[in-house]
Amino acid sequence: MATATDKAAPPLDPLRLRPDFPILSTVLHQNAEGGGVPLVYLDNAATTQRPRQVIQAIVDTYEKHYANVHRGIHWLSDQSTDLFEEARRKVQQFIHAEAPEEVIFTHGTTESINLVARSWGDANLAAGDEILLTEMEHHANLVPWQQLAERRGAVLRFVPITDDGLLQFDAFDKLLTDRTRLVAVAAISNVLGTVNPIAEIVRKAHAAGARVLVDAAQSAPHETIDVRALGADFLAFSGHKMLGPTGVGILYGRRELLEAMPPFLGGGSMIRRVRLEGFEPADLPAKFEAGTPPIVPAIGLGAAIDYLNQVGMDAIRAHERRLAARAHEVLADLGDVRFLGPSPDKKSGIVSFTLKGVHAHDIAQLLDRQGIAVRAGHHCAMPLHKRLGITASTRASFYFYNTLAEVEQLGTALGEIKRIFRRK
Amino acid sequence: MSPNEDELYQEHILDHYEEPFHRGRCPRATHAHEDDNPLCGDVVRVELQVDPEGRIAEAYFDGDGCCISQAAASMLLERMNGRNVEELKSFTAHDMLDLFGAKLTPNRQKCCLLSWRVMQAAVYSPLNPNHPSANDQN
Repeated sequence: MATATDKAAPPLDPLRLRPDFPILSTVLHQNAEGGGVPLVYLDNAATTQRPRQVIQAIVDTYEKHYANVHRGIHWLSDQSTDLFEEARRKVQQFIHAEAPEEVIFTHGTTESINLVARSWGDANLAAGDEILLTEMEHHANLVPWQQLAERRGAVLRFVPITDDGLLQFDAFDKLLTDRTRLVAVAAISNVLGTVNPIAEIVRKAHAAGARVLVDAAQSAPHETIDVRALGADFLAFSGHKMLGPTGVGILYGRRELLEAMPPFLGGGSMIRRVRLEGFEPADLPAKFEAGTPPIVPAIGLGAAIDYLNQVGMDAIRAHERRLAARAHEVLADLGDVRFLGPSPDKKSGIVSFTLKGVHAHDIAQLLDRQGIAVRAGHHCAMPLHKRLGITASTRASFYFYNTLAEVEQLGTALGEIKRIFRRK
Repeated sequence: MSPNEDELYQEHILDHYEEPFHRGRCPRATHAHEDDNPLCGDVVRVELQVDPEGRIAEAYFDGDGCCISQAAASMLLERMNGRNVEELKSFTAHDMLDLFGAKLTPNRQKCCLLSWRVMQAAVYSPLNPNHPSANDQN
């Protein structure tokens, strides 16, 4: 990789990293006259692109090392198992977990959260117990708790947000009571970009006797995660939002909690012994990994973590915030723009907005004509949009390979869109 | 962006979006229906005044959403205002896409067809169940 030696030399230079990402040199909408526009990929909160190093790790696994894991007494199975377990250790180190057994491979953040809701939730919640969420949660950190509440007769409470997208802490303090069994909260909002003070939330929740699940889908790809410093009981994220393949996610859980929890899915791998009358579950982490796991995606995620470590999470965070801050300036200059979420100093590289008189889908479609990929809609956060009094928004979300020039292109293209819709 | 390249946002469509036909309430509505596209949040409400002969004497719409969904509603209502209910019922989704004109990807076709879906349902949704047209549908 181009910057392998400059780990200690932020700010990072995206132009040196972009050649690692083949898809970023795509030219869209090519026509017979030789026209076309270069891809400006600003939909990274939905999913990121992959560098050659990750793609090559996947190819290498399939071409040289692939067999099922933890199964065969044969050379290939050992190879595959070693790579799979090495990926687990890479994740463990990446999030600073105490032991690799605390890292469960799932198929994504959604499955990770559902695992906790089904396993820990069903075993620990009774009628009248409360789950404390926030108004800014992604549906993946809302619907599993609605389902759990329905099964157990539990009650959902929601920490309100301010108009500029920050959690209202006075309300949080009031809502957190001895009835609260779990606080489930996003580390970073996928719409607002708000960076929530997780360590403080965990400290208060633990003082009230509640567990905390952190939805880290939007934070793990962009900043250093230290589960021990945060004190999180559970933490969930996805591989595909951090250069990795789709189909692999992580559930981190503190060992004592995971050990006390019943298995989630039943099947192969998750058992120690099976009789016709019943089964004994396996030890961690296999207990929660029923069936053949996402072997190659997990190995690909390991390669993605290697890449991120070489770029440096602190440099990534700083670069993305520079991009977001510049995007705020450029968009504010256009006029008629309403930003969703706080000022750039309180947020990540996510910039969601509405443009007066132009629907988000029209913005996204017209930006696409300029090669600019953004997300339009409710971004799997319908209750949040309702709270903000809108039905849809446009979201530009940055990753470390984006450039300041791309931010300027976004601004120019939005200026043109404004002109199209203000003809009279 | 040239108009040819971007037929989706051609003048004709923007005209309907910015100066829609019969946006508002139907003063003597006999039928009404409202629905949304939950995925994108587009909402359209259609109110109709259907006379005893089955003619759509007046058609109005209101709503919120993208240029495609709102312009399509305006076009459809302009076309159907004054026409017979039977004509509306035989007006297919394909006809609606033809009426809109610009080529749409499957995702945006849903935007275009929202008002068509709502209007088709509206003729089966009398505000007063005793209205003569309420009986001839079953």
